[in-house]
Amino acid sequence: MRYISEFRDRALAEKLAKGIAQEADAARDYHFMEFCGGHTHAIFRYGVQDLMPGNVHFVHGPGCPVCVLPVRRLDDAVELAEKHDVILCTYGDMMRVPGTGQRSLIRAKADGADIRMVYSTLDALKVARENPDRQVVFFAIGFETTTPPTAVAIRMAKAEGLTNFTVFCNHVLTPAAIAHILDSPDFAPGGPARIDGFLGPSHVSAVIGSQPYEAAAQKYQKPVVIAGFEPLDVMQSVLMLIRQANAGRAEVENQYTRVVTREGNRKAQALVAEVLELRDSFEWRGLGAVPHSALQISDDFAAFDAEKRFTVSQKQSREVKSCECPAVLRGVKKPTDCKLFGTVCTPDNPMGACMVSSEGACAAYWSYGRQRQPETAA
Amino acid sequence: MSTVDMTHGGGGRAMADLIRDVFHKHLGNPILDRGDDGGRVTVPGQRLVMSTDGHVIAPLFFPGGDIGSLSVHGTINDLAMMGAKPLYLTAAFILEEGFPLADLERVVWSMANAARDADVQVISGDTKVVERGKGDGVFITTTGIGVVADGVDLSAHNVRPGHSVLVSGTMGDHGVAVLSKRENLSFETEIVSDSAPLHGLVSDMLAAVPDITTLRDPTRGGLAATLNEIATTAGVGITLDEAQIPVAPDVAAACELLGLDPLNTANEGKLIAICPREDAQTLLDTMLEHPLGRNAAIIGETIADPAHLVQMKTAFGGTRIVDWLAGEQLPRIC
Repeated sequence: MRYISEFRDRALAEKLAKGIAQEADAARDYHFMEFCGGHTHAIFRYGVQDLMPGNVHFVHGPGCPVCVLPVRRLDDAVELAEKHDVILCTYGDMMRVPGTGQRSLIRAKADGADIRMVYSTLDALKVARENPDRQVVFFAIGFETTTPPTAVAIRMAKAEGLTNFTVFCNHVLTPAAIAHILDSPDFAPGGPARIDGFLGPSHVSAVIGSQPYEAAAQKYQKPVVIAGFEPLDVMQSVLMLIRQANAGRAEVENQYTRVVTREGNRKAQALVAEVLELRDSFEWRGLGAVPHSALQISDDFAAFDAEKRFTVSQKQSREVKSCECPAVLRGVKKPTDCKLFGTVCTPDNPMGACMVSSEGACAAYWSYGRQRQPETAA
Repeated sequence: MSTVDMTHGGGGRAMADLIRDVFHKHLGNPILDRGDDGGRVTVPGQRLVMSTDGHVIAPLFFPGGDIGSLSVHGTINDLAMMGAKPLYLTAAFILEEGFPLADLERVVWSMANAARDADVQVISGDTKVVERGKGDGVFITTTGIGVVADGVDLSAHNVRPGHSVLVSGTMGDHGVAVLSKRENLSFETEIVSDSAPLHGLVSDMLAAVPDITTLRDPTRGGLAATLNEIATTAGVGITLDEAQIPVAPDVAAACELLGLDPLNTANEGKLIAICPREDAQTLLDTMLEHPLGRNAAIIGETIADPAHLVQMKTAFGGTRIVDWLAGEQLPRIC
């Protein structure tokens, strides 16, 4: 595979590993948070940790779209499908995430709710066109990467005059989450956890550019390196972070230059700005309420907002007690610190979202790395 | 009359016509043609293997095969993995009301071709019709019977640490072919299912290396699931070398795009063989000479491991676990 195999080359990996081992200061530790689940996945799938010296640690961040969605919003989606007789269209990752009482979309589907897995927002539009007598709701989740396709669908629906299509909007924003994590007492000097720098998001940054991270890098004095999702990208970015940390620099650097620019994709940004607007605050699983961290459908497109068309009931949403997803998502605990990990909670019987998604830290630990348990737990 | 209706399963003349005009026409042989309630055969005093397999697939027709050929290959391969020479099949059809008869005939015709190519006969059959909405076009269950030579004892229970693990070819072709057709994903080159009967290959392999300990076909769940089954049954661990696992470039690219893993993706014409390490090269050479084994490779070995894990040295230079899949493979978002 051209343009992919090159970034998984073993000889280059060994060369980079040597460079990292040479430049990492043996007298200290390095704790780098990979924000995105895509990075977590790559680190485990390719065994990148095996090529790192013992004093370079990955702290897994909250960048797993299905993981950070609070249970309440998932329960609302299940209710839309079950009680309001809509066709609910969703990305596949979301299907198995457990809501309150372990109720997931896949179980609701088995019990008769009309829930359909789609690959793109355009598929959801197609479902709406083909079922004019049914209400079709697209369950929109994800970071800035998946936001433009949602905006496109809403704009197309308006242009076509579709009256049976709405979007349940749960799009969240990366830079706000990074700032929120660094503001938390967990990562304050002397706090229980440490971050020496960030592997910045790949595809998110393709849309928003590298510029939005500059404020946080400067304010909190943490280096950020925008890193691609391939294993060599991750290793090269680690080397760049080590160099910044050693030199006491805290800049936003871009390793993923083949995709990301400082400005990002202006066209996509304009599209999103036309259709969606900032929420004052949004609840994240693990992080709690984060100000200005999510998007909602703007008034001009209110007719396509599922939250306006349907009234969902007030409910007591509950996560499984003793599930450590929230602390794992904040990077404060490792999956192996959770009592449920590998005992009650496995990918076949997930208690929390982090065990479901292939981008979730718990699923990555379990599926790819549980042979390492003793050393990772240490 | 161009679609299946409830009378085709009613036991009356319409059903008799369907059996004659579609099933006997294509699958006919002296045993089936007698029209008795069962097919009577004589099998010389040998050990028998029986296996049964239900086939449901959407879409019914996919590049490289259809539910008809698949229902023949699937059961033949289960017999072949026991080291048996398949002889006879029976077939039960569940038809959905409204299913086009032309499609049914195409499926039965394809079954007949697959059976002929594999030198097996379909000697008994059954047809039922369910109301519209209660089926998915056609479901086919086939049962096969085959004979296995004395001394052949293929079972995961025989696997010990220190054995070599081989595969007969590229992984994931069938799953990607079916998925890309189902989801209407078109790629520059059409990815074709590997659906094929493996008993000929197995026969050559057993002739060259009678000490093969186990054979398995990595169908649903792919290589990863099947190796985990073997590891659990045999009570061993398995280590793989990712660089040695054959994956066709177009399948790798499609999986990359869809967020799938070829190791979790189904095959219908591939096998996994485990044999003592000293026999591995002979076995590999034998497989490479057969058309269905021309991409065969030694991909790993069994080890003593109380956790019974399947681990892999990644082509990148690290290690990871190769796990069962939880539920179905679902495409990733990001």
